[in-house]
Amino acid sequence: MNDFQLTRNPAGRLVLTREGERHEGVLPVRSYPIAAPDECVSLLSAEGHEIAWIERLDSLPDDVRALIISELACREFTPEIKRISHVSSFATPSTWQVETDKGDTELLLKAEDHIRHLSATALLITDGHGVSFMIRDLEKMDTHSRKLLDRFL
Amino acid sequence: MNNPIPTPASLPDAWCAIARSRLADHDEILAWLEINLDARLNFSKSLLLVTRSGLAYIDNERSTTDHFPFRPGLSVSRHDHGGVGRIELFDGSVRQACWFYTLAHNVQAMRFIRQFEQYLEAALTGVPCIDDAPECCPDCLSPMSADQGECPQCSSTINAPPSTWTLLRLWRFAKPYKWQLLSGFLLMLASTAATLVPPYLTMPLMDKVLIPYQNGTPIDFVVVSWLLAGLFGSALLAWGLGWAKTYILALVSERIGADLRTITYEHLLRLSLEYFGGKRTGDLMSRIGSESDRICVFLSLHLLDFATDVLMILMTAAILFSINPQLALATLVPLPFIAWMIHNVRDRLRTGFEKIDRVWSQVSNVLADTIPGIRVVKAFAQEGREAERFRVANQHNLQVNDRINKIWSLFTPSVSLLTEMGLLVVWAFGIWQVSNNQITVGVLTAFLAYISRFYARLDSMSRIVSVTQKAAAGAKRIFDILDHVSSVPEPVNPVHLNTIDGRIDLTNVGFRYGNRAVIKGLNLNIQPGEMIGLVGHSGSGKSTLVNLMCRFYDVSEGAISIDGVNIKSLPVSEYRRHIGLVLQDPFLFFGSIAENIAYGRPDATRAQIVAAARAAHAHEFILRLPHGYDSLVGERGHGLSGGERQRISIARALLIDPKILILDEATASVDTETEKEIQKALDNLVEGRTTIAIAHRLSTLHKANRLVVLDKGEVVEIGNHDELMATEGAYYRLYQAQARNVDTDLDDASPVEIEHKVSA
Repeated sequence: MNDFQLTRNPAGRLVLTREGERHEGVLPVRSYPIAAPDECVSLLSAEGHEIAWIERLDSLPDDVRALIISELACREFTPEIKRISHVSSFATPSTWQVETDKGDTELLLKAEDHIRHLSATALLITDGHGVSFMIRDLEKMDTHSRKLLDRFL
Repeated sequence: MNNPIPTPASLPDAWCAIARSRLADHDEILAWLEINLDARLNFSKSLLLVTRSGLAYIDNERSTTDHFPFRPGLSVSRHDHGGVGRIELFDGSVRQACWFYTLAHNVQAMRFIRQFEQYLEAALTGVPCIDDAPECCPDCLSPMSADQGECPQCSSTINAPPSTWTLLRLWRFAKPYKWQLLSGFLLMLASTAATLVPPYLTMPLMDKVLIPYQNGTPIDFVVVSWLLAGLFGSALLAWGLGWAKTYILALVSERIGADLRTITYEHLLRLSLEYFGGKRTGDLMSRIGSESDRICVFLSLHLLDFATDVLMILMTAAILFSINPQLALATLVPLPFIAWMIHNVRDRLRTGFEKIDRVWSQVSNVLADTIPGIRVVKAFAQEGREAERFRVANQHNLQVNDRINKIWSLFTPSVSLLTEMGLLVVWAFGIWQVSNNQITVGVLTAFLAYISRFYARLDSMSRIVSVTQKAAAGAKRIFDILDHVSSVPEPVNPVHLNTIDGRIDLTNVGFRYGNRAVIKGLNLNIQPGEMIGLVGHSGSGKSTLVNLMCRFYDVSEGAISIDGVNIKSLPVSEYRRHIGLVLQDPFLFFGSIAENIAYGRPDATRAQIVAAARAAHAHEFILRLPHGYDSLVGERGHGLSGGERQRISIARALLIDPKILILDEATASVDTETEKEIQKALDNLVEGRTTIAIAHRLSTLHKANRLVVLDKGEVVEIGNHDELMATEGAYYRLYQAQARNVDTDLDDASPVEIEHKVSA
């Protein structure tokens, strides 16, 4: 299926080889990180030009997919908020203690408009330091978190 | 960089103990960095240390410690992407380790890396490292002490949540009117007292006139006329005093509102472009317009009424107690209940009203988004969709209002019910007292007269709950603007430059927009009078660089200096006076052409305006307009062509005679013929000034002394046209692509990569 090989060099960069061409420092990028994380992944060269397009991640051989996923894992950082345990105030700026799929942390909400509605139930919250937190399904959160969140929506 | 060697004392105690137990006894900790992500980007705290012997990494959760002793070939690099920073340690070209952190720790991380590099060099060469200038806050330039990650000045103002007593902060605006306020208060006291006279007079009217008459005593008309005159006089007095009080206080509150609006707007204008980028016009307009009006109405109407009511309750209570303490006590019993109920509902209503505010600004945002883009909406025939978007927002507004109305509607009838209950208590207790001859019928009548007024006011007082909350929410939104510190702050100790030569030095400039690095480690020295052409694909950071030079934003790293002085230490408006800016889409304000040309220098004489217009090749077309220089141009310069507007904006830049000139795609939106006209105008403008020009069409940069080719925020090539053509690099490719097709934009000219697709 795929016409290229992907390896990791000692410098920790991905190397793509195809028909004698060699690209070092290849970056995998999701085209739709939120809407369709496992589809439409593009491989960019170090200069930022697209060198390969992957329609579906699961169509790749296991080793290549594992490499791409591990590279994506350390590039993409959108912790998913599972629970909001505490907010410092209902007026912004407000510091939230949250439980995420990446562990417990706190985020600084600078203004209410940093909460973006992705759909009726999904939210993207950008904290004061540029990290994006996601809430995939509002309805699935516990009452306490929903009540806290409701004060900001 | 300075950092007096961080003793382990600056390290948090918990880490200190761990680090001590993991390191060799004699190893001294020189620098530390707490990182908060592990290799799989889970939140987990670990510690990086620079010690005398090398770099150490302490992973507390897995209780491992990695040592990387100093040796030649060791190097560290740092990148960030999407809010995550990454520190990589290389030995030659082999990666030894990779650590992650969120950008909240970025300042510390960068300092840590510099320290690492210094100590590495010191360890390898044997020369101890030297400390240089003290660290400054990247935002406000105030000095920071070592190991403070955030500037104490900036972070304390930005991150502190606003207090609940926001309304009290309005005192700042009320202070200039304190004498008017005092006289208003005294008038209020007097008028309230006057309104309390009539019920008091019902007592003698009842006991001395009506009841004796029923018992057979004839009416004493002298007493009656005195009592009636008293009633009339007190009513008249209350009327006059009430009028004076309301008038004075309304006058004051209107002035407070006006001051609030003006000050907020002035503050808003001083905020950096970054603030405007993140806010919607509709929202800002409603904050300054309707919120300040709401506060004004609150002050002049509701707060006034409330204060009057409180005064009346206090006075009434005093009078009632003086007449009969027992009955007064019974009368006032329901009061705490009502107070409790008000307090209870208060919290719910407040959150509800805040929500309504937010939803309401959503509704107006839909309008503010759509109406300016109406041409696009119509062109794509999406009126239905936009109408639907508005309908949804409006529906949401309705739902939120419905929810709050549920509580609100229950509130008022409940207060009325309690009022009736209160009256019932007075009746019952009063009749019992009358039957025991403890009080006269007149006293009871007076009590009822007082109490019915009293409760009627309680009902309206309860309204203060919601209006106060609304006004507080409005005040909060206004103070949000007022509290926002410009991210382009005025320097603490400004340096004044009266005349400048126009030398610009960019050293190691980096800029991050949100979590995306737009400019990285850029170095450029521009000589006075030199013309620099910035070339590159769109998104390569040209416009950002220009925005940084104008100080619309502040650099995230590095420094921009003019004549050797960091631009952050110059007063912002003084600095911008030296800069002339010509933009791609020139904005003309509503007013005459002359006013628009003289925008940057309102004191310019007519002759100067005409001279500037001549130099900008705008004079002749202006004369062809029916009203010449007095012709009105609209918001976007309706009635003028793109080229004409552009030449007016060039005249505007010429008139302030700036030493530094910035042309941001000045000829991009006009046809070739007009471009030649504008080019002639620009050639006049460029003469003798340091010029930075961005142009899509490379041909417009033929006069540039040097061309700087940017790609992804980095300089890839510098040189004049001939040199760059000779090297056959990025510029050569751009130029070739344009030469083939004159009208091609740079974006289309990117070197074509063969795209292979992997199909599923």
